[in-house]
Amino acid sequence: MGANGAYDVESYRADFPILSTQVHGHPLVYLDNAASAQKPRQVIDRVSEVYETGYANVHRGLHYLSEKATADYEAARETIRSYINARSTAEVIYTRGASEAINLVAATWGRQNLREGDEIIVTYMEHHSNIVPWQLLRDEKGLVLKGVPIGPDGTFELAAFKALLTDRTRLVAITHVSNVLGTVVPVKEVIRLAHEAGAVALIDGCQAVQHMTVDVQDLDCDFYVFSGHKLYGPSGIGALYGKEALLEKMPPYQGGGEMISSVTLEKSEWADLPHKFEAGTPAIAQAIGLGAAIDYVKAIGVERIGAHERDLITYATQRLSAVDGLRLVGTAAGKVSVVSFVMDCAHPHDIATIVDRQGVAVRAGHHCAQPLMDHLDLSSTARASVGLYNTRAEIDALADSLDKVRAIFG
Amino acid sequence: MDAATSTVNGPSIAEEQAELIDEFAFFDDWMQRYEYLIDLGRRLPAFPEEYRRDEFKLKGCQSQVWFVGEKRDGRLVFHAISDAAIVSGIIALLLRIYSGRTPTEIVATEPDFIAAIGLDAHLSPTRKNGLGAMLKAIRDRAQAELDAAA
Repeated sequence: MGANGAYDVESYRADFPILSTQVHGHPLVYLDNAASAQKPRQVIDRVSEVYETGYANVHRGLHYLSEKATADYEAARETIRSYINARSTAEVIYTRGASEAINLVAATWGRQNLREGDEIIVTYMEHHSNIVPWQLLRDEKGLVLKGVPIGPDGTFELAAFKALLTDRTRLVAITHVSNVLGTVVPVKEVIRLAHEAGAVALIDGCQAVQHMTVDVQDLDCDFYVFSGHKLYGPSGIGALYGKEALLEKMPPYQGGGEMISSVTLEKSEWADLPHKFEAGTPAIAQAIGLGAAIDYVKAIGVERIGAHERDLITYATQRLSAVDGLRLVGTAAGKVSVVSFVMDCAHPHDIATIVDRQGVAVRAGHHCAQPLMDHLDLSSTARASVGLYNTRAEIDALADSLDKVRAIFG
Repeated sequence: MDAATSTVNGPSIAEEQAELIDEFAFFDDWMQRYEYLIDLGRRLPAFPEEYRRDEFKLKGCQSQVWFVGEKRDGRLVFHAISDAAIVSGIIALLLRIYSGRTPTEIVATEPDFIAAIGLDAHLSPTRKNGLGAMLKAIRDRAQAELDAAA
């Protein structure tokens, strides 16, 4: 495995034990990576190694194992910092995932800074995780929640976003990449415009960090969130990046152990960043596993992974476009990582069931993006989403399995 | 009252389940089984238009499912439909077993056919939830009738 030379997909595939699974007598074709990615041996082994040789509670004990676990846990934080180019590890908060990261910002920064009549801008293609926390806060505070409309082909228009900015806009919370359409939002420009309007910008990077370089300093975002399990890491771990100056002023999220520096029954003082936001015993092995996942991705090179995946998406677009009665949903220029589609002969759930019988794993449903489905006047789509280990032959398997869907329903 | 012997006409609810399991045993390949299921779904009676409203949509199904129960002569008659063909097929099976039965029979009857005809293993968990939601709706309705009569 190396960052130079040809992209050796077969050798990467060999790192993922689960890919040799047989499903209903067929080799597994895993095309549900946008929901959760599989884990390489390097991550699986690292997590096992933690439990076998390096596990204890972190930031507490003075004994050997606690110090080792703490060092590894904090080293993983440094790995995340470096991966997204945050200024310091004080800006990298461990969370259970992106949902918790967004809820954290809503419950702390949002509750502290937003007043009645203040406006939050999201888009119609957000995951529910980047809508519902803001709705809860809207209802609590009397805020206004506005959505940027999306073009019928899934295009994000900057003009449509600009039109929603007002002097009451306090927060712009926008996805980096749509989990249904693959549309890449020009977030750098969005962030610049948000800042010009005096708003804070939060970017949901769940569908971005595994496909492209993310540099939070270059983007100049105020918050950036992502989950570990879509980045080939364990589930139950994710990260919130926040600018230090903002994080410093924010109140704690939850109370408990680890997030305090001193406690009396009268008052407590908060621990320094990032620990102020990390109450209780964290997901220790998962955090270290996420560090191993990022190391794995970096060793291949995320840009090379992105190029490989773009080739697969281009190929899938060609193959699927040729399927009779199939319509692609989301064809914005520069889209990445997912192909959503509907067929005139079969409901997406029927499609997913029939292709599963042929070993092909795709997602069907509203993809936790019901406002987008309503916006596009669809009840659901089928979605194939690629990862670093997928191949053109697997795209062929998907297309062939759709022929069977036609045979059954057509 | 024994659920298996309560029907006046036609097969008992237990006989109906056994018959259904036999029918599916006839197919030896999964495609035939699905095609049969899809065909059953297509032949579902039309869902009464007056019930095609949001309040009769079942929550917990990833495809859209409309479901309603009516009481007729001491028996519960169910109407249901889905926008997905395989789910409609499953609905057809559920209605065949449970519709037109007494609340006592319904509550007393476990849906053994689901595992027996392999739907349990072959359907995705999300659709399983839909199946679960429908079963729960059928049994909740029957239980409510029994509670009201008690």
